[in-house]
Formats: sequence, structure tokens, C-alpha cells
Amino acid sequence: MYRYNDIDRLLVRQRVTQFRDQTRRHLAGELSVDEFRPLRLQNGLYIQRHAPMLRLAIPYGLLSSKQLRTLASVTRTFDRGSAHFSTRQNLQLNWPELARVPDILEELANVEMHAIQTSGNCIRNITTDPLAGVALQEVSDPRPWAEILRQWSTFHPEFAYLPRKFKIAVSGGPDDAANVRIHDLGLQLVKNAEGEVGFRVWVGGGLGRTPILAKVLREFLPWPHLLTYFDAVLRLYNLHGRRDDMYKARIKILVQSLGIEEFAHQVEAEWAHLKDGPATLTEAEVARVAAHFAPPEYETLPKLDAGFESAKRHDAEFAAWAARNVHEHRVPGYAAVTLSLKATGHAPGDATSEQMEIVADLAERFGFAEIRTTVQQNLVLPDIRKRDLFSLWQAARAAGLATPNVGLLTDIVACPGGDYCSLANAKSLPLAAALQQRFSDRAQVADLGEIKLNISGCVNACGHHHVGHIGLLGVDKQGEEHYQITLGGAWGIEAALGKVIGPAVLAEEVPQAIEWIVDNYRVYRRPHERFIDTLKRIGTESFRDAAYGNAESGQDAKEISNG
Amino acid sequence: MANLSTKLIRDRVIVEDTWQVLTLIADDTPETVGLPAGPLLVPLPVWQARKSELVRRKREQGEPLGIWLDTQDDPADIDANLDDFSVVGVRFPLASDGRGYSIATLLRTRYGYRGELRAFGSIGRDHLHYLWRVGFDSFAVKQPELAIASLDDFSEAYQAAANQPLPLFLRRALSA
Ligand code: SF4
Repeated sequence: MYRYNDIDRLLVRQRVTQFRDQTRRHLAGELSVDEFRPLRLQNGLYIQRHAPMLRLAIPYGLLSSKQLRTLASVTRTFDRGSAHFSTRQNLQLNWPELARVPDILEELANVEMHAIQTSGNCIRNITTDPLAGVALQEVSDPRPWAEILRQWSTFHPEFAYLPRKFKIAVSGGPDDAANVRIHDLGLQLVKNAEGEVGFRVWVGGGLGRTPILAKVLREFLPWPHLLTYFDAVLRLYNLHGRRDDMYKARIKILVQSLGIEEFAHQVEAEWAHLKDGPATLTEAEVARVAAHFAPPEYETLPKLDAGFESAKRHDAEFAAWAARNVHEHRVPGYAAVTLSLKATGHAPGDATSEQMEIVADLAERFGFAEIRTTVQQNLVLPDIRKRDLFSLWQAARAAGLATPNVGLLTDIVACPGGDYCSLANAKSLPLAAALQQRFSDRAQVADLGEIKLNISGCVNACGHHHVGHIGLLGVDKQGEEHYQITLGGAWGIEAALGKVIGPAVLAEEVPQAIEWIVDNYRVYRRPHERFIDTLKRIGTESFRDAAYGNAESGQDAKEISNG
Repeated sequence: MANLSTKLIRDRVIVEDTWQVLTLIADDTPETVGLPAGPLLVPLPVWQARKSELVRRKREQGEPLGIWLDTQDDPADIDANLDDFSVVGVRFPLASDGRGYSIATLLRTRYGYRGELRAFGSIGRDHLHYLWRVGFDSFAVKQPELAIASLDDFSEAYQAAANQPLPLFLRRALSA
């Protein structure tokens, strides 16, 4: 992984010093609440419902064991021993004390971490595929590009006060595991006819109040032009994005109002001034950064491991876990493993300090001391020998990290919602818990196969509900928590926005409605057909009828679930 | 009519400010607004309406002339006339409105403006470092004596910018 040099270290240290002084001035009354707000936001600090929330950056979701241990200790010392992994691969502390935030940042700086630009109207943490570097389908490793973009975006003086936040994702290949289509700018690594590496550039995706999937801005951008091209896009947005209405300020609205052709034309016109300028990337620079992501020293192993195969035959629980949580790896004899943060009774994405320490240990003991965070709010150990999978599983299970549910209905993605977030209409966490309770029969959930369920506590869509196969959006109806249900959303290469199926459902009745929806799937599915494919084939109608209690009115549905 | 402030930071030192900023208020029109004596920063509409009068005022009466751009103004509109101004100002109506950072970048890197480039409006010490990097060299801020230190909040930068045309990776490669 990327290791800081003297300048990287210096910049992060100077940021801590700067923010320490800003915090001091604020607490001394020299910086008003309004003046302090954008400064703290650019350091990931929100003032929330009960306390501040601090979002720590995990650049492209990559952590060393040492860094994860520091996160564990920071969570223990400055919070209440538990923190939340977010859908943008970051970590959120919910109870830090404002005056001590600079100390937290200093602890992070010691292990080459920070909270720079994790919030505010600036370029945010860049996300990528958690299986980067080990995924089978990869055209090229996205991590060096993500790191190059991290450096380019960090303290970019021209783009610190954009009309709105700006999110970038980089996918290593055609399967688009980084979901570029829901980002302001997305890069997909591709090769052209001559076999040269470059990017397909996507622009104008985003969820929130006006969900839009990104469109192709350029079919092929040769890699040397990455930064000059991005400067052109960002400048156009900075100058012409709307600033009069925060709900119309994302780049997607600018793209929509100009039309993608005109937008692309204006980008090209601006880029013509910057192209081939000094910010053009060199082979030497790319090689310097890429060297940090060179493959670790893998052992030469047979593709199949006899012990692993026999353990699966003898232990059904292990086999269930291996089927869901173990992923193919490009190196024979190795696998990537998802450690689930979705155990029944635990808030999705939450981990305790002890769990983080255990994961750090496991990564050291069985892997190369590296951990990835995922958009699905789980953790991944990327390089595990197949022969170690059984031991790893036993250790993970003891720590509550081996729920065999990756990609299943109970692998719920949820924002922190009304328990923490001041913008929420609804409490997503109790709903997630109720759903996990309702679907606690593992065999039944495994039989349902891949179903992505996403919950957002409000229209800001931090839980990405639009792209869940089943999406739940918290709405407030006369002071009561309701959820709007969307069906048919999808991620990655098949990205689609779900459609609202009907009137919002009272929070308590949501688990029943979901059960009816999946029952309907059971009725109509063909062998091996995924939920989303059945839905695509037969349409939403029968699902809608099912959700409201077999075509009966919402009122009847209410009586049924209460009775 | 507004004085920027009595003191400002220019070229990294604190100096008396002798310039007045002309603003159009209420019933003022660009064509008729009065032009006070002394060094004067006029808004773009006044410049566009009264170019020859302003140039004459400068040449014949020796009154220094400057212009200021508002946040939605396009610096391309003054590209051809940049030599007429001894100061170009950029107003920040809100600290959160970052268009001025791109305007400054364009003035320095595309239109080749080398004179004094002044930031004024809703800016404070915590903006100085980025403002300086995008090419501003004068800053009308409160308490300039305290603020000036923040020009150097960071001593290095990754990106190319108006005050440093080479990105870090090129400088590193050249020095190696
Ligand atoms: S979706 Fe709404 S409730 Fe949930 S974290 Fe985002 S802003 Fe808060």
C-alpha cells in the first residue's frame, strides 16, 4: 500500500496544526459558528443530533493492520468503543468531543491517516473496488490511480469551495465494482484497440433528492491526461454549477441542464488550454506510485487446497460461509475474504474496538497485514491462503465477524439514520435490526440468494437506497416514521435506479412487507434466477400487490401485521 | 462607496490601502455613477460602459485605475484590457463561493495578468493560503497582522497552481 514520504507526512502534520489553531480560535470566540463550519467540515467534523460526528478518511478503503489498530484505539479513547464504517469506505466516530478532535487527528497523522476533505463542498475521499489488485476481471489496478487522484485533490486550492460535494470512484475493470455510475465523476479502467491503458470517464451520477446515473463523458482518456482533464471538468463545474439552490448544485444538474454533448464539448474546450501542460502525468510518476501497490510475496500454491475442500464437506456452517464470504483471487491457492459487519443485532457497518483489533491481528496472521473497507460496509482481507481459511473462519466466528451473508438479504446497507443524524426522518438502525430479526433463519436467507437491501433515513440517500434491489427511504408522515419502498435498483455494471412501488409503509410494518415481497419472488422465480432478474422478467406489479398484502389496501395490511 | 479596509496584505507585507472600491447601489447606473478622485477600483459594468472616460481619467489626471470582478463575471471580458489596470480585484460575496479561485487562476495562467490581484469580501485568514496559491497577491482581510501567518499554513503542495506552475511530481523528478 502507499507509504508516505516526507512531504506527505509534512502536509498532514501541517493540517493538524492548522485545525488545532482553528479549533482554539473557535472555542475562544474568535471564529463564529458560521465561520468555523466550513473549516471543520473540510476536516470531516459535523455537529450532529447528540454530539459531533467525525468522519475519518480511509483513502480508497485501504488500511494496514497498524492503521486499523490506531482506529481501534482512537475509537476506544475518544469515542465509546464502537465506530461506523460508511458506504464511502470511511470510518465515522459518533461521540468525539470537539476540543479533542485535533488530538484525534494527531493520532491519525502518526499512522499516515487524516480526515481531510471527508465532508464539505470539496473533492471527497476517492473510492474503489475492495478487491482491487486481486480481482479476476481487472483491466488494471485502480489503486495507483486513486492515490494519484488523492494527491491531486488534497488541498487543491482552486476546488475547495465548490457548489457542492464532489465524489469520485475508480473501477478497475468492466464489472464496475466501484459503482462509478452513482458518482460525480467516475473512472473505469479500459484498454483501447492498441492495448493502451486509459479511462472511460463517467460524469453526473448521484443519488439524493434527484437520483441520476452517470453518463459517459469520454469513451477513452489516455492515462497521461488524467489530471489536466479533471482540472478542466472541475473548473467548469466550479464556475458554472448552480450555487443558488443546494438541491440543484451537484454536477449532475449542470450536466442535465446543458445536456451531455454540450457539457462534453465545454470540457474539451477548457481542456484544450490545459492538455499537455505541466500536470500531464509521466511514466516515472505513475511507476513511482504503482510501486507501492506491487503484489506481495505470494507463495506458489496449487489452485485447489485439499484441506479447504474437505473442511467444506465436513462442516456445513463453514461451507455456507465459504460460499458467500470467500471470493476468487487471481493468484492460485489464495482467496479474498469478507468479514461481515452485519451480524444479527448489530448495526450495519458498526465495529467495536475489540473487533477492529481482532481483524488487524487476523490480517497479520493470515494475510499481508492489509484490510479493505467496502461500500457494502463490510471488511475484506484480500490475500488469504486457501489452506488457512478454516482457521481464519474459526477466529472470525468467535469475534462475531463470520455471518455468512455477503450479498444476501441480511447484508443490509444502512445509514446511521435518526439515532445519530440530525437530517433523518427515520431511524434506519432499528429497522435494520428488525429486518435481521425477521430473516434470522440462515438457510432461508441463503436460499433467497443475492438480494441487496439498502436503507436511507432521509432523501440524502447515504444508504444508497435507490440502487438497492430493495430500497427503503425514511419519510415522515404526520410525525410517524414511514418508509417508501423502491424495487429494481442495481449496482455496478447493471446499475439502475429503483422505482417507488406505492405509498410509504409504517416503519413497524416494513419487515412484513419485505417478507411478502420475497415470498412473491419465491413463487415466481425460475431455477437459479436471482431476485433482481425475476423482478426484471416479470415486472414490479405482483411484487407491489404482495407488498401491500396481496393487493389489499394499506389499511388491511396494517391490520394483518398487527393481528 | 466602500473602503476596503485601511490596511491590507500586499506582497506578504502589511500596507496602507489607498484604493476605493466603487460599488453600484440602489439607483446607481454604470453610465452615471460618480467617480470619486483617487485610486479607484470600478466594477465591470462601469468599465464596459465608460472605457474611454476611465482611460482618459487615468492618462490625463494620473488617477490610478483598477477593476473588480464579481463572482459571476467572466475574466475573458477584460482579457484585452488588462494592461489598463494596476489592480484587478475579485470579490467574494460569501466565503463558500469558490468561483473567485478559478477566476484568479484564469487571470494568471490563461490571460497572463501580472499586476496586483486583490481578494476582498467574505474572506478571512483561513482562506489566505489557497487564495495565495491561485495567484492573489493582495488580501483585504480583518486583522491583517494576525492573518498574515496563515499564508504559510502549508509549506508544500501537490498540484500545479498559479503561484507554482509545476506539480510536485515534476519538481521532484527535476531535482532528482
Ligand atoms: S441518509 Fe439522511 S438520515 Fe441517513 S445519514 Fe444521510 S443525511 Fe442522515
